[in-house]
Amino acid sequence: MLVIKDLVKQYGHGEAVLKGLNLSVEGNTVVSIVGASGAGKSTMLRCINRLVEPTSGSITLNGTELVNLKGGELRRARRKIGMVFQGFNLLDRLTVMENVLAGRLGYVNLFQAISRRYPQADIDRAFYLMERVGIAHYANKRADELSGGERQRVGVVRALMQDPEVLLADEPTASLDPRTSEQIMMLLQSLAAELSLPVLINIHNVAQAKTYTERVVGLRHGKMIFDGAPVDFNKEALEAIYGGIEAPDEELAPPPPKEASHGVS
Amino acid sequence: MASPDTAPVRHWKKPPFIANPLLRYGLLVLAAAYLIWAFGSLPFNWARISEGLPRAARIFSGGFPPNFDRYGLLLTGFKESFQIALLATLLGVLLSIPFAVMAARNIAPMPIYLVGRAIIIVSRSFHPVIVAILFVAAVGFGPLAGILTLTLYSIGFVGKLLAEEIEEIDWGQVEAMRAAGAGYLATLFYAVFPQILPRQVGLSMYQLDSNLRASAVVGIVGAGGIGGTLMNAFGRYDYDFAFAILLVIIAVILLSEGVSGWVRKKIW
Repeated sequence: MLVIKDLVKQYGHGEAVLKGLNLSVEGNTVVSIVGASGAGKSTMLRCINRLVEPTSGSITLNGTELVNLKGGELRRARRKIGMVFQGFNLLDRLTVMENVLAGRLGYVNLFQAISRRYPQADIDRAFYLMERVGIAHYANKRADELSGGERQRVGVVRALMQDPEVLLADEPTASLDPRTSEQIMMLLQSLAAELSLPVLINIHNVAQAKTYTERVVGLRHGKMIFDGAPVDFNKEALEAIYGGIEAPDEELAPPPPKEASHGVS
Repeated sequence: MASPDTAPVRHWKKPPFIANPLLRYGLLVLAAAYLIWAFGSLPFNWARISEGLPRAARIFSGGFPPNFDRYGLLLTGFKESFQIALLATLLGVLLSIPFAVMAARNIAPMPIYLVGRAIIIVSRSFHPVIVAILFVAAVGFGPLAGILTLTLYSIGFVGKLLAEEIEEIDWGQVEAMRAAGAGYLATLFYAVFPQILPRQVGLSMYQLDSNLRASAVVGIVGAGGIGGTLMNAFGRYDYDFAFAILLVIIAVILLSEGVSGWVRKKIW
């Protein structure tokens, strides 16, 4: 169970990006976080695994406080938090298998990492997960030779190799074409159920958020202004989140609130 | 908008490089004054030049035909030069990696960064010949001084370029490894080194090439290799042998340049 309490993040002396955020996610819920660019979605996700240092507040994962961890403790906490990135962030010049096994770097020692002598259990799990998402035949291909959708599958498998207790996905589909991005959303949804894993997905695409997740959280200017089931995410909520801000021109993007006649299903 | 018949003809000139006219013409005057002074103060001694020209001609004519009789000496000298260049490249390139990591602002903490930069700046600030003089004084005549000199030279050059390469890596890969809970060294080996590998290989080839050339030069001040042989030949007025050495140096450098260019092209 992930609990965020009064999370504040301020860069320098400017206006805070996150202004006292509260959120708790339990079980194997798939939560989508929507909001315009700059609303603080990405900052919130990165505060959880401390790629961004929170200014104040508390984040606990299954009882462990994450905000004050340092050094080895932080690394051990991070390996329980899988992350999928918008730009995939694969190790381009390494093979798919090396990328997938890199998810185990928090567990193996430096010698095992450099010599690529991972435990057999890790290799078995890598093949199992790669077969599950359909990339096993690419094991020895270089990561930069794959297509966008395949690369994001590698990213997902790498995160799952960590044996995480929560999965964070920072705009996992924003670099993909509409069809592929729907496949990735479906994959995240079904994997969450199979591995009974809570998943937090930052997403621009409101239609996809409503279709593939069970709970929608809306952020605006660093505050949560919507939290509820997809069916309750109506035009008013959309207006509250994106109103006055130009809707991001993504594929299947929500139409601008003014053109209510073409509203989202 | 003015109508076409009343519109004045509009001129356009490229704005001058220095906008302030006072500064612009002032700098021009200063540059001219400096050139006149510099040429005026050069000690051209025409008498000595006219004396020296025939002497130069004598040296060159003494070099013809080049004399390859003492090829044993030539071979020993070159073998030593190759050994110096190879060892120095290997050592320098290996040592340049940790120093480059230290000197890359994005992955090194501030104090370490300053130390790394300082080491690279110091090893780059002197020409190999000056460093060689120091090392010859410190460890005596011979190839060891040459190896130390060129190792330092390689650390400076490769380290600097590699540090800049590290500062330009795709940061997302580092973030991904951190998010997986990888330690600092594991992150280096997975997210940083593969990204700089092609550059590192290219730089090493270039450095080998450049060390080979430099090893001939540092030999002149007593740091071993073919440079020493060349210096001795000149000292004993064996201009024909010296000329033979020069020809072989040119040939070897042409060859190494060709080989390293070919290898670099294959690797990119």
